[in-house]
Amino acid sequence: MTIATLDFVPTELARGRGGGGPAPTRIVVAYGFWIFLLSDFVLFSGLFAAYAVLSGNTAGGPTGSELFNLRSVFIETMCLLFSSYTCGLGALSAERRQPGRFLVFNALTFALGAAFLIIESTEFAGMVSKGAGPSRSAFLSGFFTLVGTHGVHVTGGLIFLVYMMAQAIAKGLRPHVLRRLLCFSLFWHALDIVWVGVFMLVYLMGAR
Amino acid sequence: MLGRLSWAAIPLDQPLPLYSMGVVGLVILAVLVLVTVKGWWPYLWREWITSVDHKRIGVMYVILGLVMLLRGYSDAIMMRTQQAIAIGDAQGYLPPDHYDQIFSAHGTIMIFFVAMPLVIGLMNFAVPLQLGVRDVAFPTLNSVSFWLTATGALLVNLSLVIGAFSRATWWGYPPLSEIAYSPDEGVDYYLWSLQISGIGTLLTGVNFVTTILKLRAPGMTYMRMPVFCWTALAANMLIVAAFPVLTATFVMLLLDRYLGMHFFTNDLGGNQMMYASLFWTWGHPEVYILILPCFGVFSEVAATFSGKGLFSYRSMVWATLGICILSFMVWLHHFFTMGAGADVNAIFGIMSAIIAVPTGAKVFNWLFTLFRGRIVFTTPVLYLIGFMVTFVIGGLTGVLLAVPPVNFELHNSAFLVAHFHNVIIGGVVYGALAGYNYWFPKAFGFTLDDRWGKASFWCWLIGFYLAFFPLYQLGLMGMTRRLQHIADPSWQPLLLVAEAGAIVIFLGILCQIAQLYVSIRTREERRDLTGDPWNGRTLEWATPSPPPAYNFAVLPRVETIDAFSNMKRRGQPPVEPSYEPIEMPRNSPIGIVNAFFATVVGFALIWHIWWIVILGLLAAAVGILAFGWSENREREVPASEIARRERARLGLGRPA
Repeated sequence: MTIATLDFVPTELARGRGGGGPAPTRIVVAYGFWIFLLSDFVLFSGLFAAYAVLSGNTAGGPTGSELFNLRSVFIETMCLLFSSYTCGLGALSAERRQPGRFLVFNALTFALGAAFLIIESTEFAGMVSKGAGPSRSAFLSGFFTLVGTHGVHVTGGLIFLVYMMAQAIAKGLRPHVLRRLLCFSLFWHALDIVWVGVFMLVYLMGAR
Repeated sequence: MLGRLSWAAIPLDQPLPLYSMGVVGLVILAVLVLVTVKGWWPYLWREWITSVDHKRIGVMYVILGLVMLLRGYSDAIMMRTQQAIAIGDAQGYLPPDHYDQIFSAHGTIMIFFVAMPLVIGLMNFAVPLQLGVRDVAFPTLNSVSFWLTATGALLVNLSLVIGAFSRATWWGYPPLSEIAYSPDEGVDYYLWSLQISGIGTLLTGVNFVTTILKLRAPGMTYMRMPVFCWTALAANMLIVAAFPVLTATFVMLLLDRYLGMHFFTNDLGGNQMMYASLFWTWGHPEVYILILPCFGVFSEVAATFSGKGLFSYRSMVWATLGICILSFMVWLHHFFTMGAGADVNAIFGIMSAIIAVPTGAKVFNWLFTLFRGRIVFTTPVLYLIGFMVTFVIGGLTGVLLAVPPVNFELHNSAFLVAHFHNVIIGGVVYGALAGYNYWFPKAFGFTLDDRWGKASFWCWLIGFYLAFFPLYQLGLMGMTRRLQHIADPSWQPLLLVAEAGAIVIFLGILCQIAQLYVSIRTREERRDLTGDPWNGRTLEWATPSPPPAYNFAVLPRVETIDAFSNMKRRGQPPVEPSYEPIEMPRNSPIGIVNAFFATVVGFALIWHIWWIVILGLLAAAVGILAFGWSENREREVPASEIARRERARLGLGRPA
């Protein structure tokens, strides 16, 4: 394809090259939400970088291997990963207009997400009670901020989920509700991806 | 009950801020009284405050930027005056504590609340028009972004009357910005206002990346987008990739300050160098977020006013994207002296020199665009030429500073101050003013007065050289930045020249105000009836001035770059198209409501008034959830109404 021909392609033929005109709302919304999620990943990358820099700076306080209980971390990881699975099943039932299954799967997603949060807050509370709170050392500041920010996102996700279930029940699975549900599932899966990073970088590498 | 807030926060013992704030307060009060007496509130509420129209939001951004320019400038002239007189035995009129607040506020305001709003305002106004579409991807979110930016500006200015602003410079390095060394509310004002406006900027980035990639007129492939849209795309991708890092960094500093954590403290393992690294990971892309859209403005100006297409459009696009990527690989040159070692410094020095290459290519593109063109010497063209000369000088001193051994000598000196003002005034300010003069007739339907515009340009140009070239020399003579008192009397003559330059710049600002006033007074003579006052080349000039809310009655069909120019050349006869109903987003108060709660919550956080924080956050959450429930966010403009308006515009009769 030479430059000259590319310059004078009639509108109809430009469709396949990004010249097809404005995209439909469903695409625009999901695409915008993806870009937002990318920015959220960048936020986490800053927190990951800070944790990586500070993870050795325990200032005489407890280290990761003294604090982390891999058994409970494994259980909470399973809760979150499995919740992504149920979230996916919920999205499929929404697409097939099966309200009953949709509600069941999303209720499961909520329960698993809540279980994750309960395990995480128990872990946090245990650490604080042992004198290993976020102000004990730079390592713990980095730990609580990184893992805590993820936890705040999960909490926000649960609120989002309840809100979307309420919308689905009140209004039915209409196009605009489906669009917002799509954003919710993107968000929920993104949290999983971040957690995989936390699980490896913080817990697996820190528990040694 | 009121946290740390008490009557002691009002600086009754410092007459200077109190008087200036009194004057500003009176002006604001007068405006409010005028608006109320004239009964303009319903109009303002309906047409501006709750508007989600990208053109209106763009105009409001530019107004915010210009108003804050006055504030930022008054900080500048106060510092210049202090340095010109506080020499030897004289102590000047600004005590150190106040002076420190002024330089911190000057940098913060000029970057975040002057340059950013001006650039984002121009993008808001022009990008959807140039793409040939009706609005941005998320119009209501756009309004939310604007009002959050305005919230940040308001909080910074509140620090004038209630409490104090940060003394820790505009980049707030710890440990100085930590609670141990800045225990009062100053740094909190800085951090919270930037966090709030930063969320607004991030949402703008998301919005515009989506708009440019997903909403373009039929036929507008990537390589047919106007260059301004390309630069806007690059700048907004940088926003999405860089601003979250700033948010994360400030979150860490806030946690240090509020919850006693140890990210950047001196004790218990904190690491201050990490702050510098994280801050400039955002900070260096930020300068390209500001300058790239201005490069876009200059590209449009060069092509339009020399009456021919931009020279080597493709290389301009690739240079823009090259800068976009390279801008993430040079951040360490902001702290060569921190001690990363010779190898690391060498790499970053080389990368910093390399980034000058695509920029240099662009300068040649503009030159060759002008070459043998029929140049019309309007105000924007003068800014273009002034920019090319000034920016190249600033770029060269930048390359000089990018050489690590030289940097060890010049770092933190007045030379550095001169360098970045050289590129920011010569690039961003000139670019924003060129764009303001260029698109003003599109926004308001009449052109700006050219004589006052040119007078303003010459003042900005001469004023810049007088104000900052002495600083290059002073830097080489050993003067460091941020001096509240000058020990060496031999520096005084040059400081007086710099003071004179600052006054000339002020004349430039006055000329701009005069330009606006004169143009509004004589607007009937300078009406733009064609919608195309400059013989433009891109689609925004295909609409009437000012464009209707829906921009295009029928979406244009694009077949080449410079689509409008091509349409004019082929001289298609005005066939009346078949109009279809248009869906337009409804106005929404969510932006201003959110901003109200953000202001209240931000203020309460700064002063540790926790019950207001909780109430405000709950109220904001309720507002967002209520908005998220709604569905009828669009209204339909019927085809008959569009046909009636278009016929009136084209001078056709009533439909048969």
